[in-house]
Order: sequence, then structure tokens, then C-alpha cells
Amino acid sequence: MNIKENYYYTKEHEWAQINNNKAKIGITDYAQSKLGDITYVEVIDKGKNIKQFEILTTIESVKSASEIYSPITGIVSLFNNKLETNPELINQSCYEEGFIAELENINKDEIKNLMDHNAYREYLKGLE
Amino acid sequence: MPIHYGSIIAEVKHTRSNVSVFDICHMGEIIVTEKITDNSFNNILTVDVLNIKINKCKYGYLLKEDGGILDDLIVYRLNENKWMIVVNAGTAANDYEIIKSGLNKKAKIENISEQTAKLDLQGPQSLNIINKIFNGDFNSLEYFSFINHKYKNKQCIISRTGYTGELGYEIYIDVNQCKELWEEILSYEIVKPAGLGARDILRLEMGYPLYGSDIDRNITPLNVNKNNIIKKEADFIGKKALTEMQITDKVLIGFEMESRRAPKNHNKIFINDIEIGYVTSGCFSPHLNMGIGLGYIKKEYENIQNIHIDFGTSKEKAAIVKPPFLKNTSLKN
Repeated sequence: MNIKENYYYTKEHEWAQINNNKAKIGITDYAQSKLGDITYVEVIDKGKNIKQFEILTTIESVKSASEIYSPITGIVSLFNNKLETNPELINQSCYEEGFIAELENINKDEIKNLMDHNAYREYLKGLE
Repeated sequence: MPIHYGSIIAEVKHTRSNVSVFDICHMGEIIVTEKITDNSFNNILTVDVLNIKINKCKYGYLLKEDGGILDDLIVYRLNENKWMIVVNAGTAANDYEIIKSGLNKKAKIENISEQTAKLDLQGPQSLNIINKIFNGDFNSLEYFSFINHKYKNKQCIISRTGYTGELGYEIYIDVNQCKELWEEILSYEIVKPAGLGARDILRLEMGYPLYGSDIDRNITPLNVNKNNIIKKEADFIGKKALTEMQITDKVLIGFEMESRRAPKNHNKIFINDIEIGYVTSGCFSPHLNMGIGLGYIKKEYENIQNIHIDFGTSKEKAAIVKPPFLKNTSLKN
């Protein structure tokens, strides 16, 4: 299972890549492999205020529909609109091209509520 | 049968472009033997079993007295006095009891589901593989026809039928030979296994209803606009109710989403703010790049086009279309 160093992770298998007061957000390799072929990602409006662990969007795969929670509080500054026509990018490249959104004005104090890559790897072991 | 062997979408696409094999051993098979002069079997199903030619098969229903659908099935005429009924797995035991109770004492009925395996080979390349494995020439085998054939010296049935909308064959074989045949089929590199997830998308792209989702005992053939396949002359269970039925409360429709969202069973169907029905099946269609679905709407609205599907958090636009959603497949090549 691919896990990125220097990313932060939630128990629900979202990731956040923090860069100053911004965060890029997506779902992990574990999540995409469990969901299977992803067919739809609900568009997130720019400017939306989102709190940590609140529902950010919904992802549908051939198997199920799943709510995706924000790893951190912030304001949506970008939705990856490639996902509107190519949601399978999440299956192909969940940490890069298949990111879901970018947040700005994030609350960095909340990083303590997330796992680093080592902790997430251990967490996954416990799920097997 | 597993849901998938890797990627559901890859399996759907491979079936439509090449050929896939499906393990459908769960289906039920019932054999009825009766002299045609005794004529009790023809008073049970909506199919006129005496009018099926030998080596042909027909789709139909087993109904309740009130016209509700107990099962949808295919009847194979094996010889003048012998038929095989292929029924759904969950309904097989009940079907057997009801058919048995309708037969007279001279008729014989046997549930051979446990001894019978079924593998479906489906896709435009399926003919090549069937010809190679069974060392024959199946080019002239017509849609809804079958032949008795041998696999390693044991009898099997090869039927030009399927549930995918592609050129394809359903193979009924002794359960002890199934593994060997499965492995031989998969020894051809072009054939890939496909699971239940792919099968559901493939059948939905053709608008084929699924028993338990789109049709059940509360639905009649009138609701699904299939009165045309109901026999006219002979009797069948539910005939009286069905002939007296004039208007149906709801009708089955197909619809295409404007987006890629997959409609779900029980999503409500709206026209403006009026609730007019509900979804019974839905999926994302990889070939049309949109959500598609089947559902019921009140009959008075059957000629409208634009509807909305309620996903709970939002209502999304859809258009009623006449299935099949996917046209120009290899089905009748």
C-alpha cells in the first residue's frame, strides 16, 4: 500500500499535504483500493468553509457512495475539476493528479489530530 | 460468484470489446417431462411451452394468481416431451413447488440445480472461443437457440443466450466438469473472468430487469409493459387476474442522468416538485459515461421526458429514454 511521507492522514483514509497556510487534500491508496473504480466526485464550491472532519464531498464508485471528510479546517480555494470528467484519476494517482481539493487559511493547530505516515502505516496494519 | 476479479469497469469493457466468462452456477434448473397429450405443464407458465420448437428457448414468467411475478425464467424445449426451466437462484425452490403442484400425476419434475453448473461466455469474441473449445461450428446457432453437445464425453447444453447484450453463450454442464471447463476457457488469453458487479452494469446498459430489484411479486407483466410476451390461448397461473386488469398504476421506465452519478435503489423520482416514482436499479455506465437507471413512475406521467432523481442532498436532472441504453452491440451479429 502506497503511503506518502510528509503527508498527514485521518482514520477515514483522507490525506492532507500541508504547505504554509494551505493544504492539498485527497484520499489514500488504501481508500481508493477499497472503493474500486471511482465514477463520480461531487463538485465542491470554491469559497466553502469547512471544519475539520466535516463532510467535504461525496465519492461514488462502482461499489458504493462514500462521504469524504476534510482532514483540516479551512476555506476551499480549488476543486480539482479534472475529476468531473476523469474521476478515475483518483484510482490512478490518488496522491498527485487525483487530489480532490485545496484549502487555504487552514488551522494548523489541528495537525495534532492527524496521523503522520508512520502512524498511518501502523493504523493500516491494525485493519488487516 | 464474486463481485469482481479486480476492476468492475475493466471487466465491463472487456466483455463488450472481447470476451468474458461468468460463473453463473447459482442459477436454478428444473426439468419437466410430460407427454404433450397430457398437457398440464402448458397451464402454468406465461410461455406457450408447446409452441417452443425443439432446441429453442423462450423468456417468460411464473405468476401468482393475482398476476404478480414470482419469477422470470427461460424455458428450453429439450425434446418433444421434455423442457428445462432456468430460474433465479433465490426463487428456485418455491418455483419448483408451484410448478410441481400444477402438473398432473403422470408428469415428472426434477430440480437439477445442484448437479448443474452454468458458465456464460459473453462478448463479440465468444464465438471463436466456443468453436475452439467444443471443436464445432456454432456460427449458425441462432439467438435463443441451443444445442446438445459433448464436453469430454459428457452431455452439456450450449445456448446462444445471455444477460449482457453481447453475442454470447450459456453453457449448462455437469457440476463435476465445471472446474475443468472454467480453466480451459481461461487458458485462452483473450478471455477474462468477470463478476457480479460487471454483470449488473452490463444488463443495466441493456435495460434488462433483474428479479428482486426491478421486478418482484408486487409487479405484474403489465407494469413492465410485457403483455406482448404473454401467451393468448392456453391457461396459466394468474391469467384471469391479468386479463381483467386494465390500467396499471405504475410503469417501468429507463432514464439517463445528465451527470455521472449512479442512481440508487429507492431514490425518489420527481417531476418539478411532484413525486412520481422511485428508482429500482442504477449504475454508472462506462460506455455512455453517465448514470443510467430503471424505475417506476405513475402511468399518467409515462410520456413525459424530463425528470429529477432525488439523491437526498440534491436533485439531479435525468431524461426518460427507451432501453436499451446501449445500442449496436454484438448481440445479434
